[in-house]
Amino acid sequence: MSRMQELLNWVDSRFPLTATFKAHLSEYYAPKNFNFWYFFGSLALLVLVIQIVTGIFLAMHYKPDADMAFASVEYIMRDVDYGWLIRYIHSTGASAFFIVVYLHMFRGLMYGSYRRPRELIWLFGVVIYLALMAEAFMGYLLPWGQMSYWGAQVIVNLFSAVPFIGNDLSLWIRGDYVVSDATLNRFFSFHVIAVPLVLLGLVVAHLVALHEVGSNNPDGVEIKKHKDPVTHLPLDGIPFHPYYTVKDIVGVVVFLMVFSAVVFFAPALGGYFLEANNFIPADPFKTPAHIAPVWYFTPFYAILRAVPPLFGSQFPGVILMGAAVVIFAALPWLDRGAVKSIRYRGALYKWFLATFVVAFIGLGWLGIQPATPLYTWFARILSVVYFAFFLLMPWYTKIDKTKPEPERVTG
Amino acid sequence: MNSMKKLFAVLLFAPTLALANEEGAKLDSAPVDLANHASLQRGARMFVNYCLNCHSANYMRYSRLQDLGLTEDEIKENLLFTREKPGETMAVAMTKKDAKSWFGATPPDLTVIARSRGPDWLFTYLRSFYRDDSRPTGWNNTVFDKVGMPHVLATLQGEQIAHFRIEKDHEGNEQHVFDRFELIRPGTVSLAQYDAMVGDLVNYLAWMGEPAKEKRMTTGIFVLLFLGIFFVVAYYLKKEYWKDVH
Repeated sequence: MSRMQELLNWVDSRFPLTATFKAHLSEYYAPKNFNFWYFFGSLALLVLVIQIVTGIFLAMHYKPDADMAFASVEYIMRDVDYGWLIRYIHSTGASAFFIVVYLHMFRGLMYGSYRRPRELIWLFGVVIYLALMAEAFMGYLLPWGQMSYWGAQVIVNLFSAVPFIGNDLSLWIRGDYVVSDATLNRFFSFHVIAVPLVLLGLVVAHLVALHEVGSNNPDGVEIKKHKDPVTHLPLDGIPFHPYYTVKDIVGVVVFLMVFSAVVFFAPALGGYFLEANNFIPADPFKTPAHIAPVWYFTPFYAILRAVPPLFGSQFPGVILMGAAVVIFAALPWLDRGAVKSIRYRGALYKWFLATFVVAFIGLGWLGIQPATPLYTWFARILSVVYFAFFLLMPWYTKIDKTKPEPERVTG
Repeated sequence: MNSMKKLFAVLLFAPTLALANEEGAKLDSAPVDLANHASLQRGARMFVNYCLNCHSANYMRYSRLQDLGLTEDEIKENLLFTREKPGETMAVAMTKKDAKSWFGATPPDLTVIARSRGPDWLFTYLRSFYRDDSRPTGWNNTVFDKVGMPHVLATLQGEQIAHFRIEKDHEGNEQHVFDRFELIRPGTVSLAQYDAMVGDLVNYLAWMGEPAKEKRMTTGIFVLLFLGIFFVVAYYLKKEYWKDVH
């Protein structure tokens, strides 16, 4: 027995190292027909690691203090060795995280990955998405620029719209009557400790649940239904390692090329990833003419603005905005389709999914624009389309003319 | 891959946000050229001479000017007038309280002004001061109405007045729309020379907004070259492993 093997045996008799490696990598059987859309799960994990590592280095130099925060970010950009690189990776990473996660979620919609028996994977995913939004929102306050400040002011003020307890609630969140040093300190604490811990725990739960039931695939059929009579392994499954590890490396490299192109050649991405107004230090006495959240929140912001106030209260808009996010959790129970994958669905589902994508992107665009009466009407129409995708799903998936699913995956 | 490309194309070519100016005036294109170190050095000198009396650049160290090809001694001799050391940042002696009582507002720090306003706005702004006796300073500006700042560069540019024409907007209200400037007292340099000087200054402001930009670009090329080679290796590795998957 080699030295290496001896060491491994020593560890294995005290910790399930080999067993864990087998269960989650070398003997985790994934369908062999994953396509382009299956890169984004591992990419989301990569971006999470990138954000944690760059975040650790940023926290070494950043000062969560209303008088020093803006200056400390410029200090990182100028005086810290490769500080500009760490900061740009982190700021680009925030947007990349949402791009990757939105594409990952869209994959779930296309191939019915949320359906039985994968409801819990989907629910963990929805909570990950919620945590990610909280993480991004609180992180955006930290540079303490005008957009950081007024964006936080607007979003925290939404909580004041809650009847009866609203004012106390927003006061409790801010720790002050306006967004201030107290708010900055607690957001920093949540951004670097609380939410990342929750995120990591949820990602583990997401993966453990996935590896318990096995991965879905573009055909939406269960590979566990057809096993080799001798080995009891799924006939259409291949070990995740090495097949998908080497495949994902290709995806990682392509992703990093696009990511690096932004980091090195357009880190502000024309004002979408870093807003021009955020290079002005926060000024509580000067409200910017036009406040818009970063692009990844704008679909929901557009829904918020589209809802007319009721008895002078913005509460209905806040409720609908929240519902627009949370409603994803109901998908496993809204979908009555006979098949999972879009490949075998009828025209009705495809149309609804297409209009949903148009509504999501359209709302995202409208959320960036100033709210003119015309745009508000567009936003109202698209909000109805957005919710129709979910609320009418039990009806249109049931009557949709589906094609028969194949017995085995089609490659 | 196509959908990813489209997504990025949409993000890249959509109109730039928030850089539009509030007055809606047409902006002239600033001659920004970060590789032109002579222009940047001239701009730095102008910045120190004309701007740094009231405006600070609190995140910018004098020593960083070495990136523009200046030596520490040159910086000490030509750009440091007071007691500062090259390692210090470009602070101003004027207190915030004084500034407020003199100009009605604290002059903003200019370190990253090119990143919030954009070079084109700065280039147009510095050439758009005109005489307006209704203002306390006697100056107004077509891209920044009722600006608190007087025309610091008036001795160079000279004094101009602005002509407005009256136009009706779509609701029928009469609006004063800027038409043209008229030079009523020439400055010490020609207008073309003045534009070139402001061009140097704005070029410097653009550089100061992100001194690491040149390094960022050159590093980026190497990173992408490395990833390009890595891609070929990763692609053939994947192909080799996947030979036996049918």
